[in-house]
Amino acid sequence: MTRSAMHLETGVLIIGAGGAGMYAAIAAARAGAERVLLVDKSLVGRGGATIMAQMTVAAALAEESDDDWRWHLADTLAAGRGLCDEELAAILCEEAPIRIREMGDWQVGWARRDSGRIAQVTAPGHSRPRCCYVDFLNTGPAVAATLRRQISRIEAIRRVSNLAVTDLVVDDGAVTGAVALDTASGEAVTIAAGATIVATGGLTRIYRRNSASANMGGDGYALALMAGAPLVDMEFVQFFPIGHLAPRLVGMDPIMWDPFRYKLGGRLLDGAGNEFLARYGSDETDAYTTPRDIASYAITREVAAGRGSPHGGVYLSFEHIPPAALRAAFGPVIERLAKNGIDLATAPVEVSPIAHYHMGGIVVDARMASAVPGLYAAGEAVGGANGANRLSGNAIPEALVFGERAGRFAASVAPAAGWRAGAAVAAVTRLREQADGRSGDVSAAALLDELRTLMWDAVGPLRDAAGLARALARLGEMRGMLPHVAIVPGRESNASLADWFELRASLSAAEAVTRAALARRESRGAHQRGDFPASDPAFARSQCVVMRDGAIAASLAP
Amino acid sequence: MKTATLRIRRGAAGEAPRYDEFAVPFEEGATVLDALIWIRAQRDPSLAIRYSCINANVCKECTIAVDGRVVYACTTRLVAGRPMVLDPLPAKRQLRDLVSETRPPRERLA
Repeated sequence: MTRSAMHLETGVLIIGAGGAGMYAAIAAARAGAERVLLVDKSLVGRGGATIMAQMTVAAALAEESDDDWRWHLADTLAAGRGLCDEELAAILCEEAPIRIREMGDWQVGWARRDSGRIAQVTAPGHSRPRCCYVDFLNTGPAVAATLRRQISRIEAIRRVSNLAVTDLVVDDGAVTGAVALDTASGEAVTIAAGATIVATGGLTRIYRRNSASANMGGDGYALALMAGAPLVDMEFVQFFPIGHLAPRLVGMDPIMWDPFRYKLGGRLLDGAGNEFLARYGSDETDAYTTPRDIASYAITREVAAGRGSPHGGVYLSFEHIPPAALRAAFGPVIERLAKNGIDLATAPVEVSPIAHYHMGGIVVDARMASAVPGLYAAGEAVGGANGANRLSGNAIPEALVFGERAGRFAASVAPAAGWRAGAAVAAVTRLREQADGRSGDVSAAALLDELRTLMWDAVGPLRDAAGLARALARLGEMRGMLPHVAIVPGRESNASLADWFELRASLSAAEAVTRAALARRESRGAHQRGDFPASDPAFARSQCVVMRDGAIAASLAP
Repeated sequence: MKTATLRIRRGAAGEAPRYDEFAVPFEEGATVLDALIWIRAQRDPSLAIRYSCINANVCKECTIAVDGRVVYACTTRLVAGRPMVLDPLPAKRQLRDLVSETRPPRERLA
């Protein structure tokens, strides 16, 4: 290094400041870490998936009926189609009530019945009313604001926004810190850390139709792969079945129809106005019960058979619900819909599957420790707890429960004195070379756009060998283009520089999904193959994905 | 195809202000943020913008001035037939193009 990069030192480094990252920071400080550094490529507590959550948070609180975390676990394992890591799933279900009640103590504002009990609704796949929420459609913003308030009160936590971690520093087989791009200045920053927690969320931004925030491009998976940590279940992308499609709706999350279905039922209809879920083995005569994987499959099949709605989805109708009942259930949301020209009492909306959540992720143990010493994961970045299909409402508990464990156990190994600056030189040098800019024929922004279309078309809700092979070939070509992608000169707030690192990460994440999807020659949960439509007992195991010498490979776990 | 026209303030802090004009495809219901993302992918990847949740009106990161009014780019509908003028936030320090310094002071590197 000809000049020294800005250098930060911390006990626990947390990459990503959504729900999991913010909770990990709280837990690390609570467990005695003297210095906790919480960084986000976006703004702390504003990006990520948590803040996007519309409604359901599953926890066996037993407020509305008898419940037990073991029953929640049984439902989680059933939804996971045989692939859940049962230890992680049990931790999630057993500790969810502790975290959810704690959020209540922190004034998150869980909706309550007149009796004062926390309101819980029955979401598809749950055997009883178990999902609490904050009205109206305000669960995510309320959880994020509550956590922001908590972390701002803790001296030990330093927050840095617009700091994008580009590489983990691996020294003698252990993660000793990270190299990051300060996007405002365009300068490299090195970070020495006793323990590093990846809390970057999932990868759904690599799909054209997604309900993700901008920073969900799979960064954490790429960082883990490059550091030598295995991933699991990467083929299982949750396609939320009834993402909003038409008419154009602004200012509302595209998955907002789920809460409407929890509270009001609603009818899912094909392009001719006929119910169709019964043909896929799901009867919704009495209630909204169809699991996400089955509903997405059914809609995708109906559209492929030419029975879809004008924009390529199906209809969701609440026309049979009295307007007064609509207003009672959703209050001001009805006005927001009216501003978008939507009147549920008189016309249906069009919906179709949308990439929503990633079941796969970093392999961790019960301490949230990865296979690489010094490296932990939390939240959606963790793989295994949800198997082949996540149960509604399990994402926020996962963020909080796994965040708590990651922070607590990471604090127990911090501080460590493993940092040697020499191990960061290559990554810093590469970052600076990119930041100098270069001319080229294609931009990272254009390639990211192409990547999202490719993944949607070829690695989406319905897959086959030909499409997956086509995707792999093109991903390889795009990876080959990385050294030649144009980067505009100029360091400060240089969007094309940040794009380059996002593209590099998204290509790795996309390849991990595609390789695992190609190797799983069966259909299970969220992974549906047109050429292998049935489940195969030989595949009743998870697959691991690793990177060796830059090559990504998938294999069945022993 | 119907188009909309955006006049966008460009440059880094301290540079002489200039505006670049872009014609973008107009679709009924599209937003200003849709147009900005389209410009970055199809016309000018150097355009600096700030956004996170894209469409959900929760992150508040895409706040800019449109025709002199401070709004969220993700909830402001695109208008055809007259140019829309886009500026960074008037009361914040401009970093580049439409990106203003909106990070709380405690969340910045020294």
